[in-house]
Amino acid sequence: MSDFRFFVDPIRCIGCKACMQACSECDTHKGKSMIHLEYIERGASTQTAPMVCMHCDLPTCAAVCPADAIKRTEDGVVQSSQAPRCIGCSNCVNACPFGVPRYYPEIDQMLKCDMCYDRTSVGKKPMCASVCPSEALFYGTLEEFQSRRGGKPQNSFQFGAQTITTKVFLVLPDGEMGLDMDVISHMDARFEPDAFDHLDPFAHLELLPMEQPQTLRGRL
Amino acid sequence: MVKPPFSQEEFLDTYGPTLHYAPPGGFSSVEDYDALVDTHCCFCGQQCGIKLKVKNNAIVGFEPRYDFPFNKGKLCPKGIKRYLQGSHPDRLLHPMRRTEHGYQQITWDEALSETVTKIQEIQAKYGRNSFAMLSGVSLTNEKSYLVGKFARLALQTANLDYNGRLCMVSAGAGNKKAYGIDRASNHWEDITEAKVIFIIGTNIAECFPITTDYIWRARDKGAKIIYADPRMVPMARTADLYLPLRCGSDSALLMSMLHVIIRDGLTDEAFIEAHTTGFGDVRAAVADATPKWAAEITGVPAAKIEQAARWYGEAETGMILHARGLEHQVKGVENVMSCANLALATGKIGKPGCGHSTITGQGNGQGGREHGHKCDQLPGNRDITNPEHRKYICEVWGITDEELPGKGITAQEILNEIHEGKIKGLLSICFNPLVSLPDANFNREALNKLEHYSVIDFFLSETAQHADIVLPGSLQEEDEGTTTSGEGRVIKINAPVTPPGEARRDWEILLDIAGRLGRGKYFQFNNTQEIFNELRLASRGGTADYSGITWEKIVDTQGIFWPCPQTTDEGKVTMHSEHLDDRHPGTPRLYEGGKFYHPDGKAHFNAVNWRESAEVVDDEYPIWFTTGRVVSQYLSGSQTRRIGPLVDQFPHPKLELHPRMAKQLKIKTDDWVTIQTRRGEVIIQANVVNTIRPDTVFMAYHWGGKQSANLLTQRALDPISKIPEYKVSACRVRLASPEEQAEGERTQFLSSRTEKNLPAGYNLAERRKELRR
Repeated sequence: MSDFRFFVDPIRCIGCKACMQACSECDTHKGKSMIHLEYIERGASTQTAPMVCMHCDLPTCAAVCPADAIKRTEDGVVQSSQAPRCIGCSNCVNACPFGVPRYYPEIDQMLKCDMCYDRTSVGKKPMCASVCPSEALFYGTLEEFQSRRGGKPQNSFQFGAQTITTKVFLVLPDGEMGLDMDVISHMDARFEPDAFDHLDPFAHLELLPMEQPQTLRGRL
Repeated sequence: MVKPPFSQEEFLDTYGPTLHYAPPGGFSSVEDYDALVDTHCCFCGQQCGIKLKVKNNAIVGFEPRYDFPFNKGKLCPKGIKRYLQGSHPDRLLHPMRRTEHGYQQITWDEALSETVTKIQEIQAKYGRNSFAMLSGVSLTNEKSYLVGKFARLALQTANLDYNGRLCMVSAGAGNKKAYGIDRASNHWEDITEAKVIFIIGTNIAECFPITTDYIWRARDKGAKIIYADPRMVPMARTADLYLPLRCGSDSALLMSMLHVIIRDGLTDEAFIEAHTTGFGDVRAAVADATPKWAAEITGVPAAKIEQAARWYGEAETGMILHARGLEHQVKGVENVMSCANLALATGKIGKPGCGHSTITGQGNGQGGREHGHKCDQLPGNRDITNPEHRKYICEVWGITDEELPGKGITAQEILNEIHEGKIKGLLSICFNPLVSLPDANFNREALNKLEHYSVIDFFLSETAQHADIVLPGSLQEEDEGTTTSGEGRVIKINAPVTPPGEARRDWEILLDIAGRLGRGKYFQFNNTQEIFNELRLASRGGTADYSGITWEKIVDTQGIFWPCPQTTDEGKVTMHSEHLDDRHPGTPRLYEGGKFYHPDGKAHFNAVNWRESAEVVDDEYPIWFTTGRVVSQYLSGSQTRRIGPLVDQFPHPKLELHPRMAKQLKIKTDDWVTIQTRRGEVIIQANVVNTIRPDTVFMAYHWGGKQSANLLTQRALDPISKIPEYKVSACRVRLASPEEQAEGERTQFLSSRTEKNLPAGYNLAERRKELRR
């Protein structure tokens, strides 16, 4: 089994989408990107989060598949659905705790990240981790990661009563414990009209000349 | 002529921009290729290594180039999708003449005859300098050198300038004043050795993405990052210290940091004494620049300024990085010199982990500015007004001093003189001034006043639409040569394919025109390697000395850092390039041992006093307006606005404004807004983000026509570098009226066409949703 591991470090992500553009070049899913990248909340931050398949040791997607179309290789890579078996039911799409698999109606099949099996199985790096300018996506051994970089790689996650361990590591910032996925902490900024203020990095600034509304109102 | 001879919709159908998605032969061809060719990305000054897949004389895809030391396979989205500019449906395939009824296909002979006749007529009637040339630094070193020689000896005009004038000339002038040479001080590997990195006026994550890794490698070893920018750009988000300075206030911040460094005894007196001149004046100039004073100008709290100064001053090693944010100002040169003052006062230069670098923005921004297609410059970064420099180049070119024109005027000044009617004819290559120069309405008027305009281009850009004769040229991958990356590394560009249709290589077109002007004897080149060998000779002894570099050596060593001078006696005097030696290993790090490039061998401090920008906010225009880039577009977008997946990532410019301003103006994200300055107005959609100062709005500049940020910017120039002040203007913003919104929507609709005949199952709508979210 390969010693190479995949690390996702969202702190370093610059949101450039090179990973998505490179992934979409693969001839097995030409034009489609199997990696996803999202702004957490563009209004409040330039923080973005890339998401590859985490390649669970006991993949939920495979467990819920009624057609047994999702296979895990000996070296722990969970594959896209097998075309002859996939019935397009989207059970896996709904069940994956990381939200990774996608159903593509044009081919009536689920596709997802298979860690560039065509590349990694012959010793090459996955495409997204090859091109990532900031190494927010990093492919190498755990030792190599730890000798070079800060941050805490973690591959055990708690979803309710379900504990999931994965082949892919998520890197947490130094000094923070655990992986808080409490949705509530993300909510107030979205739903309160003035809630951006508590995140305002410019709160120390004087009010602006334009604070006198009449200078602008005249033009509205 | 007054306007392009088409309606906008007809024009779009024929000349684009068309959003191109699929490689030639469709996607099935991608794992089926004849060759993988090493070359470089053409879409920024980092010049990342890349492998292109080639089949049937077409580029069909890319592969990471893991062995190239700068980027080791890393690429941004532009590099990945750059291959889609090949086999593009908008590509110009034959010469054209613009008539009242449309574009008429003509032969090369007709096109070049007409161009040459017009050059001769205009020069006979109004004098030689009435015909100008504009060039660009996406061209290779060979072509940059050729254009410089072509304008001086074939056109025999002084009025040649280039789009580097809008890019790094402030850094160039500041570097020369401080250090006597114009290059980034260090190879990028040195960034990883810095203990503090001070980044000011550069959105590294979006404009120079690969550089983020060098900075993270320094951080992994404990480096602190200080990030000064009016926007909390992606790298600033994680900075150890973020300084949200007001645009145009850079020199106040820098002066104040030096004030603190001097006050707290953090200067390197031994270095200053041994290796510099002029510190006394600088010390006096910043005597009153207290953090409290600077805080009022910049809006950055005094405590943060003190912190930044102490971190930079106390650290054992430190780098300063900047780009256009600090340079695109009427104070551009002063700002660069202020950074140099900081580096010199603390002795943080010329050592591992110590340096001061501009990050060059254009493909060959570094090399292109060294070999003589600036109006004031000759090859080897020589000065066209210096008699000794002129004498040497005259010898290399085999001409007398009278035959070599003098100093011309700069890019925007050329447009100004066209508008005034002094310049009547223009030949341009690799430049889209209608999008990239400030005050676009003015420049459009100017182009319409030309008696003759010939353009060499591969797509019919916004500017090329105004040309009388269109000469189809070559893409980077169709013409072999070298470029010089932002770190000063000279690298090899390979040409795995030939130009399509009747399109020709740029250098062949220039040689043909020179021959028809009766000046062919100065242009006896059979290929671009011969041009490079003459460049070696012409650059010998200049500050940008390439004489010890050969193409073979570049390929063997993955790039050579200039200066790379001659080491043998024969090499130092020969007039035959075949006698030049190639023994010098190159110079990755400048200024080692405190040796600078001024005649006295020292670095020079330059005192800077605070002054305001050319335009400041007032009651009428109360909001600061600033411009910049997005990661998926390059410069004026002439190339990248035609690549579908890149456009989908950021399809149209948006106005970034802070929630506090948005609340006052009752603007929400995606609302249509009208932005007005004293030059013009733009109607686009808003993006309400709290990552920008609440007194400032931002718009990216890659788009043309009514979506152009440069409708709003001003023609104010730095007095030394003549760079326009893109980064500081005053504007007002309001919600668009329903009529304005309709116009904005129509403009968006007419900005591009989607490629027809996309493969079945491509599912474009889904793809777009993914990339845009």
